[in-house]
Amino acid sequence: MGTSSSQFSGSASSPALPPPPPEIATLDALRRPWYERLGRGVQTVWQQVTRNKKVAVGTVIVLFFILVAILGPFFIHTDPNRLSDNAQAAPSAAHWLGTTAVGQDIFSQLVVGTRSSIFWGLLTGISVTVLSIAVGLVSGYFGGLTDEVLSLLTNVFLVLPALPLAIVLASYFPRGPATVALVIIFTSWSWGARVLRSQTLSMRSREFVTAARANGETTWRLIFFEIFPNEISIVAANFVSTTLYVILASASLEFLGLGDANNVSWGSMFYWAQRDNALISGLWWWFIPPGLCIAVLGAGLSLINFGIDEIADPRLRKERMPRLFRKKKVVS
Amino acid sequence: MRHLFRRVFFYLMAIWIAITLNFFIPRLAPGNPAQAMMTRLERRGPISPAAERALEAAFGVNTSDSIWVQYVKYLNNMLHGDFGISYVQYPVPVTTIIAQNIVWTILLGAVAVLISFFLGCLFGIVMAWKRGSVLDTFLSPAMTFLSAIPYFWLALIILYFFGFTLNWFPFADGYDTTLDMGWNPDFILSALYHAILPALTIVLSSIAGWMLVMRNSMITTLSEDYVLMADAKGLARGRVMFLYAARNAILPNVTGFALAIGSIVGGQLLTEIVFSYPGIGFSLLQAVQGQDYPLLQGIFLIIALAVLGANFIADLVYVALDPRVRQERSA
Repeated sequence: MGTSSSQFSGSASSPALPPPPPEIATLDALRRPWYERLGRGVQTVWQQVTRNKKVAVGTVIVLFFILVAILGPFFIHTDPNRLSDNAQAAPSAAHWLGTTAVGQDIFSQLVVGTRSSIFWGLLTGISVTVLSIAVGLVSGYFGGLTDEVLSLLTNVFLVLPALPLAIVLASYFPRGPATVALVIIFTSWSWGARVLRSQTLSMRSREFVTAARANGETTWRLIFFEIFPNEISIVAANFVSTTLYVILASASLEFLGLGDANNVSWGSMFYWAQRDNALISGLWWWFIPPGLCIAVLGAGLSLINFGIDEIADPRLRKERMPRLFRKKKVVS
Repeated sequence: MRHLFRRVFFYLMAIWIAITLNFFIPRLAPGNPAQAMMTRLERRGPISPAAERALEAAFGVNTSDSIWVQYVKYLNNMLHGDFGISYVQYPVPVTTIIAQNIVWTILLGAVAVLISFFLGCLFGIVMAWKRGSVLDTFLSPAMTFLSAIPYFWLALIILYFFGFTLNWFPFADGYDTTLDMGWNPDFILSALYHAILPALTIVLSSIAGWMLVMRNSMITTLSEDYVLMADAKGLARGRVMFLYAARNAILPNVTGFALAIGSIVGGQLLTEIVFSYPGIGFSLLQAVQGQDYPLLQGIFLIIALAVLGANFIADLVYVALDPRVRQERSA
């Protein structure tokens, strides 16, 4: 267990590091079939989740929102878009979070919107990650002209401003959550692709890959079943930060009116709040709840990410700081 | 030198790809929105023949030219800075609108980025130095939360609190619109007064990044032997902190600073929209709402140019500041 753990975390911290000398135990671990190694990776991740406090808190927050997204709408019996006479009502027992300028119940909008935002956020996050895995691994493994072309494309998309490009794209295509998801996928895959490319580059000349190639494994099997499982920790970190970006970006696009305004989501709540002048009417209960949801969910995702950083880079961990060293400084 | 040429080539390539994307997006869009816009544009009044030809080349409507001829014409127009005319503010050229608004954006953004950079670095240094202290344990989670907030939401809350509830600051615009524009004290004061809330939002939303990078980089540096050595020699605490540790730890933030300068143009779009600040973001909102594609694409290109320029400068700065990079790359 110990060896595979150090291998997983070590690969995340310093991609440029030369491969460690193959110990007997490592070789032993690598001789196992891919699914067992993947299982080990998952096991490592799980152990770190429960060991690191930041990751634990973040995971709880994210799981809470996923639960609300799955179960929440079953408890809501009012149509979130139903108009009523009770417009601009402040939070009360009847309307927990008040009503909008046209009398819609904000609490039911928030809960129903959570499903849409979480669903599309996760789906887009997964798609972006899959795309970056494909580009990064293919580019890093094949090298040569393929790599030249793909890395040029990756680097260009890395420097082009993602949100403005997404706005231009979204304004041309029919409004809807799928459009928002597609333009975000198109504009935000490059970061993960670059990280995974450099990792694959350092991975492809290691012994276990050479051995597998000599065994006559097909190329795609080599890439996705031999190399990929070793990059699972980077992929996890990348997925978390991508999802955070995706949720913020889609809320921004919907706020601008580039989403489907009739589909209830956190972003479309902002759009209507802004359009119906919630601010000038003093309807704080309209625009604060969706933002708070995004902020708390985002904080949960960032916590997971910082936790992964700490696992990967022991110097950032609090408990590892030598106390003596610090105390000396205070004295001087 | 070879490295420099490679980078120049890369950025030229990136600009070309940005322009090419701009050219092909309208042609790939379903339902021909560009044609609809041209029709609306013509309905607003007569367009000069030159402007009409430019728009036709840009959007591929009303023209019998092959797509490659259109493409060459479009590239030629871009090279001459001809981005077409705006629909929302018909018939003002897109470049004129952008030139007017970009001044506001740059003034607001530059001040906010400077404040945020200096405060962020300072806090980051102190947080790393007094690790585990109240400041560090309180600020780290607070910053985590702050960095996950949608910026436009932060802007809404600040505007609600200081503008609506307390009524301390104005609700919209970049200056008192009853005043004449010009270099008189009244106007400058009113412009400053209107800029305080947007600047505060930008500082709050960007300071976390500076702080966390500085803190983490500083923590890594603090465990270096030369810092321990300086400490052991009994040097003054401030000297060790700033001249030994921070000086070496600030490198990631310096390159980040060059990038932040470039993202001024495109980084505060939504903040400007919330505050109805007369910058690029506000034009962008108008363009989105009015489906003003020439203006929209012009804004994207300007933002892309700013970001690419800043990236190039960041590359140069990094090579100049860090000899390790210089050696690695020339080898």
